[in-house]
Amino acid sequence: MAAELHVELVAADRSVWSGEATLVVARTASGDIGVMPGHQPLLGVLESGPVTIRTSEGGTVVAAVHGGFISFADDKLSLLAEIAELADEIDVQRAERALERAKSDTDAAAERRADVRLRAVAVR
Amino acid sequence: MGAQLRVYKRRIQAVTATKKITKAMEMIAASRIVKAQRKVQASMPYATELNRAVTAVATGSSAKHPLTTEAESPARAAVLLITSDRGLAGGYSSNAIKAAERLRERLAGEGKEVDTYIVGRKGVAYYGFRERKVAESWTGFTDSPAYGDAKNVAAPLIEAIQKDSAEGGVDELHIVFTEFVSMMTQNPVDNRMLPLSLDKLDEGAEESGTKGEILPLFDFEPSAEDVLDALLPRYVESRIYNALLQAAASEHAARRRAMKSATDNAGDLIKSLSRLANAARQAEITQEISEIVGGASALADATAGSDK
Repeated sequence: MAAELHVELVAADRSVWSGEATLVVARTASGDIGVMPGHQPLLGVLESGPVTIRTSEGGTVVAAVHGGFISFADDKLSLLAEIAELADEIDVQRAERALERAKSDTDAAAERRADVRLRAVAVR
Repeated sequence: MGAQLRVYKRRIQAVTATKKITKAMEMIAASRIVKAQRKVQASMPYATELNRAVTAVATGSSAKHPLTTEAESPARAAVLLITSDRGLAGGYSSNAIKAAERLRERLAGEGKEVDTYIVGRKGVAYYGFRERKVAESWTGFTDSPAYGDAKNVAAPLIEAIQKDSAEGGVDELHIVFTEFVSMMTQNPVDNRMLPLSLDKLDEGAEESGTKGEILPLFDFEPSAEDVLDALLPRYVESRIYNALLQAAASEHAARRRAMKSATDNAGDLIKSLSRLANAARQAEITQEISEIVGGASALADATAGSDK
């Protein structure tokens, strides 16, 4: 059996996803980073963007993460985010509407949030 | 119906109506406690993980950061006081305010200026009535705080602590809130949030069951300072969020207890009032009988007299 790492994806108000995975790809401040079992202990700042988790069953979980942290030690990986959503939970039409609205209101933060959601859905 | 009896009847009616209201409030509060507790539980994983991360950076790097190092002569401290928006919760708000007053005195005794930040209308009213200065206040979300509310509250506090105390910033950050221990017990507590003391973090770790774990040497991405810079505001927000949630649960529990005793008291009052009403009715009947008997005998005496 291939080595696995335990992933906890937690948002500020709930636990979004947890399970075993073989690879996690996330975007930190200095670029995309892939974490596999046995990686050296790591603590990084996440950028807003999609996080891809390859589960040990061979599936892929994609989540939109709006800022946060990645911390990895002892084959346990935690992704902390103020807001995190699984791609499956994202309502594409709503996100698109939100993006349009944010663009017309020139609300940069809302535009970024909507954009991250849509990108997470695109990766899925 | 006699006047006395009518007065009792009216009072019983009024108390019964009040009892119905307090009973309803008790029930609403009881259902909200469960919801609030669930929210506290749901926020735990994030708080625990964040605590671990902060401990890891604070112990694993020698980086000096304004938020982790104690000022040599702290001149000013910020106190965040969490109260409720609404009353009818027994001593909930006043207990929290009292705890804040004690903390204020202690800090003033140590020669620090105190800036007060308040959440909840009750605390604002208390300070407003005494015409004390409040640095900033927030109202309207103490029933069920969202993470966004915690962020709003945290923003000016973080800004204040990052400023130099000479320019109106603060050196310490304290938080006063009501800790939810159980349905029956809620304690007002004051905590120093910043600067971080590592013993406090250890205590937190003990609660979350990670005590004694040897923390590995982390590789920081992009650098320890940057991570700490990003981490500490989140840490403050998460602590404030947790405090708000616990305070909300405590508020509902305090309201439930207050309303339960109000309902019980109304029940007692109704009981004693109906005893009095019964006695009044009985007295009225007795009086009527004696009046009739008296009238009849007077009549009998009168007719007996006229026969002669």
